[in-house]
Amino acid sequence: MKHEAAIMNLLFLATAIVAVGTSIAAITRHNVLHSILYLIVSFAAIAVVFYLLGAPFIAALEIITYAGAIMVLFLFAVMLLNLGGSAIEQERRWQPVLSWAGPAFAGLVLLAEFLFILMHDTTVNAANPVITPAQVGRALFLRYTVGVELVAMLLLSALLGASRLGRRPRTYILKQGIDHDSHSV
Amino acid sequence: MTPIPFEQILLLGTVLFVVGLAGVLARRNLILILLSIEIMLNAAGLIFIAGGSKFHEPDGQVMFLFILAVAAAEVTIGLALILAQNHASRTLDADAADQLRDR
Repeated sequence: MKHEAAIMNLLFLATAIVAVGTSIAAITRHNVLHSILYLIVSFAAIAVVFYLLGAPFIAALEIITYAGAIMVLFLFAVMLLNLGGSAIEQERRWQPVLSWAGPAFAGLVLLAEFLFILMHDTTVNAANPVITPAQVGRALFLRYTVGVELVAMLLLSALLGASRLGRRPRTYILKQGIDHDSHSV
Repeated sequence: MTPIPFEQILLLGTVLFVVGLAGVLARRNLILILLSIEIMLNAAGLIFIAGGSKFHEPDGQVMFLFILAVAAAEVTIGLALILAQNHASRTLDADAADQLRDR
């Protein structure tokens, strides 16, 4: 038991160092794309912490929603913003290796941990009281039904707000139409 | 009760929260400010998971699900606002965000 606890502590320490290091790197980069890259690794590290804490369901959600959906949303925003010119200049000035070496190294540490946990599955799980997705679902839909309804309304209002804010101003559309007409004439 | 000391998890959550706070206060790029807010929300969720793990209750994970929904809604609105501001003033500077009203 003592041996297992020591292994868990070591895994937690390595993951914590990766999470904090990549988070600090993410907020200090000049290129937004590099920040997003570092933050994906940071979220993966936090997912490992969730797994070690006995929350495998939340670990999967962290990867799917945070590192997947939300970061892709940021990526789409950066693409829509057309930051192309200056970003490419910056990319050219930097060493090509330095930009991806940091996230790659942090990702390798996480991969090593993943392989270790996979091979010592029984050791890690024996020391770890897991809260299963079934328990979470029961609590969510029996005790917190009102919260689920409120979250549904929040997401709906966010959807409506985003579609309202994302609309082009009417004056812009009108001007485009006039320009188009004058060209055709 | 997991073998990881509760204090260490609290420490990790606090450090991550402070890193996010420093990002919000120090950076002027609006996208980076949103990313820092994501770090802070994640740190809060980590504390909830740690609490749920300490008392072996699923409530902490339920709270994380709510934080996840709030983060998704916040990011959607935030990015829409950033796109609107970039459309209006061609900049991502946080100090230029005082003229969002429709003209």
